[in-house]
Amino acid sequence: MESLTSTIQAVPLNHYIFLSAIIFSIGVMGVLLRRNAIIIFMSVELMLNSVNLLLTAFSVYRGDAAGQVFVFFIMALAAAEVAVGLAIIVMIYRNTNSIDINVLNRLKW
Amino acid sequence: MSTFYFIAFLSIFFSILVISAKNPVHSILYLVLTFFTFTIHYILLNAQFLAVVNFIVYMGAILVLFLYTLMLINLNKEAEPVKPFMVKISAVFGGGILAVALVSSLKSLGVSDPVVLKDPNLGLVKNLGKVLFNEFLLPFEISSVLLLSAMVGAVLLATKEKEPKATI
Repeated sequence: MESLTSTIQAVPLNHYIFLSAIIFSIGVMGVLLRRNAIIIFMSVELMLNSVNLLLTAFSVYRGDAAGQVFVFFIMALAAAEVAVGLAIIVMIYRNTNSIDINVLNRLKW
Repeated sequence: MSTFYFIAFLSIFFSILVISAKNPVHSILYLVLTFFTFTIHYILLNAQFLAVVNFIVYMGAILVLFLYTLMLINLNKEAEPVKPFMVKISAVFGGGILAVALVSSLKSLGVSDPVVLKDPNLGLVKNLGKVLFNEFLLPFEISSVLLLSAMVGAVLLATKEKEPKATI
């Protein structure tokens, strides 16, 4: 483990922030771009995970374990969110025979 | 050091494939690969507990749930309707603007200190368990209630409504 963690020594904190910002933006793009409800959901997962990575990087940088505990809570929350969200998607499919989100445009008004 | 950049490149590459793959099943498989690269990031940061939890909970449970749902509702009949070209362009433009704004505002800070692991026991289960069950005991218990209510809600939402029985 020593040799593995020593590889990280020279990576600046900025580069972790860049990586997380880019992946978060890809998630935002996925939400805007696709019409399949499940893929929109997966883009949200991508955003959650980029934030998790950033929290872990800051936790290691500051030497504070609270950040990693917070990531654990976010993972529990994501599991709950996925369970409810996929149940809603299944119900939408059962009622409209499609998971295209444009079918639900009446929710706008 | 170069390991980090290689894995970071793979993360970005696979996450672009997630949102651009035509077939939703391929999209989920690329998401599995993306999460695997995140696990490697956690191992590089010596956050071993998070690496294992990410591996088991995200790749093992959540993505399998996605895959099951996708196979439950078969989308083989017709492909996903494509958005108009202008909407696509503006979506990519909007996301790109967000990325450029974040990255360029960070660029002005200059190169920060390197991430150095001061305490090698930081991400181990022993240390995290002590923090979790001392300082964060109440949020931990509340999250169990959250999971329970989510489970009940999911079951309620997904069950079919029965035909109301005729009262005798």
